[in-house]
Amino acid sequence: MKVPTLKGADISRRDFLRSGAAVATATLAPGVTLMAFGGSEAEAAADAGKRWGLLIDANKCDADCDACVSACSTENGWKGEGNPETDAQWIRKITLQNTSTGREVTMPMMCQHCEEPPCVDVCPTGASFKRVDGIVLVDKHTCIGCRYCMMACPFDARSFIHEPVINQKSHAPRGKGTVESCTLCVHRIDKGGRPACAEACEATGHEAIIFGDLKDPESDISKRLAKFPSVALRPDLDLNPGVRYTNL
Amino acid sequence: MERTIYREIKATRQVWGLAIILAGFVAGSLAAFFYVEHHGHIVTGMNNRIVWGLPHVFAIFLIVAASGALNVASIASVFDQKVYKPMARLSAVIAMALLIGGLVILVLDLGRPDRIIIAATVYNFSSIFAWNLILYTGFLGIVGAYLFAQMSKDVPYATTRKIGLLAFVWRLALTTGTGSIFGWLVARPGYDAAIMAPMFIAMSFAFGLAMFLLLTATLLRLSDRVIGDALMHRLGRLLAVFIAAVLYFTVVRHLTNLYTAEHAGFEYFTLIGGGIYTWLFWLGQVLIGGLVPLALLLLPGFGKSPKTPLVASVLVVIGGFAQVYVIVIGGQAYPMELFPGYEITSGSGLGGIANYSPSLPELALGLGGVAVALLAVGVGTKVLRILPTTLSDANIGQDPL
Amino acid sequence: MILFFRLALLCAVAFGAGSLAAQERSSLLPDIPAATGEPHAEGNAFWRRNHMDLMSHDRDLTLRDGDREIDASLKGCFDCHTAKDEAGQIVTYESEQHFCRSCHEYVAVKVDCFMCHRSTPDGVDEHALQAAFLPRKPLDSADIQGVIVYLNQNASKPAEAGQ
Repeated sequence: MKVPTLKGADISRRDFLRSGAAVATATLAPGVTLMAFGGSEAEAAADAGKRWGLLIDANKCDADCDACVSACSTENGWKGEGNPETDAQWIRKITLQNTSTGREVTMPMMCQHCEEPPCVDVCPTGASFKRVDGIVLVDKHTCIGCRYCMMACPFDARSFIHEPVINQKSHAPRGKGTVESCTLCVHRIDKGGRPACAEACEATGHEAIIFGDLKDPESDISKRLAKFPSVALRPDLDLNPGVRYTNL
Repeated sequence: MERTIYREIKATRQVWGLAIILAGFVAGSLAAFFYVEHHGHIVTGMNNRIVWGLPHVFAIFLIVAASGALNVASIASVFDQKVYKPMARLSAVIAMALLIGGLVILVLDLGRPDRIIIAATVYNFSSIFAWNLILYTGFLGIVGAYLFAQMSKDVPYATTRKIGLLAFVWRLALTTGTGSIFGWLVARPGYDAAIMAPMFIAMSFAFGLAMFLLLTATLLRLSDRVIGDALMHRLGRLLAVFIAAVLYFTVVRHLTNLYTAEHAGFEYFTLIGGGIYTWLFWLGQVLIGGLVPLALLLLPGFGKSPKTPLVASVLVVIGGFAQVYVIVIGGQAYPMELFPGYEITSGSGLGGIANYSPSLPELALGLGGVAVALLAVGVGTKVLRILPTTLSDANIGQDPL
Repeated sequence: MILFFRLALLCAVAFGAGSLAAQERSSLLPDIPAATGEPHAEGNAFWRRNHMDLMSHDRDLTLRDGDREIDASLKGCFDCHTAKDEAGQIVTYESEQHFCRSCHEYVAVKVDCFMCHRSTPDGVDEHALQAAFLPRKPLDSADIQGVIVYLNQNASKPAEAGQ
């Protein structure tokens, strides 16, 4: 249960709004004020000192496995209506074939969480935005459904919601007429967790999706990126995506 | 040369009949709007790959034509061609009406049209789309002021000319903005070209003049007024220049793309192997919208007939729609090159040429926008003194043929 | 002027709730479902007056800054403010008995929240009540049964009220 943090009912709304999050997190119960230092509180909000990313190892990805896709779908409450052209696809499995050697690779594709996201540049209302920790999201409160971000995205990573939606997850609101894409499971990250796809992939034993902080040189993902060759998709566009691929 | 007299058109049975037909189209577009709004875009042909469909083809055609329709007024007051002056008011009204028609389509196609207030109040200034919204509303304001200045007895001609110059510069900016909506999409091989902006300006000249000629001729016919053969011929030759300009930019665009290896795939798609898009390009844009009207206007035999510019205008409009269709839809249908050297064999909708088949609601919405524009022109000429009582060569000071 | 109007509405709503507690509800006033859990420390009047501003302020904190330790979250509302129908099922915004709708209908303010947000706590299956009303697919027999059940529930309401 949450208890409001106001000193009394006579406090003005302006004061309340100004005090914002700082007060909100400092009071646990009426009359009991706790000053929290660092720890869970610092992790609670987006941190400009971090940049969240994924490293996807195409060699470890199994062509017959779609655990990441179903985990994402279950976690965020999107599912297909049987038409890949109009269905929501926050993450999808793709299979590539080398046109000269015939070698096949399979891997998941999702929003690449670019450092310079074209979707954010083109959005007329600023509904597409990038959090300070590098996660690219759609603010559905201001999305007017113009789809220009989908025109601009080099990865076809975004979906327009073509049909009415019900029974959404409370942490993943989504509704007809707005645009959506992978959120990197931001609701989990804000609680210190990691994306559902990475968790599901590890559970299958493939460990093809590694999640971590690209700015932290000691993180698993940074160490791997430093040690092994990896690529960003569409390097010609210089978007510096947060999702990297290896063994492509 | 006599003083030009402007009079409202009379509400004859014919005028009412046309108005009712147009109102029917507007009602059809509203029905389509509510249908799509209720069911979601699933009932249209648009999907996650072709996010802008037929409504956007209509909208972009109208918006591009709108800025071009203002040319007649600009030629009169900016370039001081006296012969064009009697048509300047009508030119301004048609320009505003076409723009409104196009914007109506764009707004009604939004996923959340109920939130249009957000688009009008929250701007992201790094978005060319947001800039366009300012350019569009500014255009309506400036051209409105321009029309007022032309019609008011109290505004000196020098001031009118200054507003006309501002309107001319603004319309160039507007079309540049519209072209840049596509030209700045660097990720897509079908767009990503700076030449989009000047090409859109050339397109606006041609489409706008064609729409102007057709609407003017219709309005004059409805109100039993005349247009001089020599004036018609002169406007026809101007149209020929604009058609040639569009062809020129088209050639340069495709040659440039052919020269760059990374765009060769898209060029093959447009020029040879793109099915409907290839047909629309060669048959629609190049032949019907370009070479045929150009030949009609310039060949000695047909060129002199006062009917020829109107026939050419119809062809330019048809070709223009084909051209915008190829640019808007074709540019989306062609896949982005995500993995050079690889082919996507299965991708849940990713990779390959995207499918699109336009639906009836989309067509109804687009035609409704055109109807809104035409209706607005009709109402404008009905309530305001915009249409000259005569455009005969003698009256406007045009040398006869 | 608008402020005055809002204050007047607030008084009306507050009065309505007050008299509800005293079992003297006028039929003209909204029937606000009773809440569970601890009451708001600032009082109901404060939240009735300010909930929209608090919620829109806090939603930006959560979405834009990732701050999830907020007070005025829609999800948080449903921890205490849910309404149940006669069958004991938690109702969605489709129902006039829904907590948000009971007041918003009364003051004729349309909310946009439930186009995207669920209107019940997590775990409640919203499909059962709503699916039949969505134009997603042609109605099948299960949907039609759902509609009949739903309509019967509503039809039985005035009868119960009359007893």
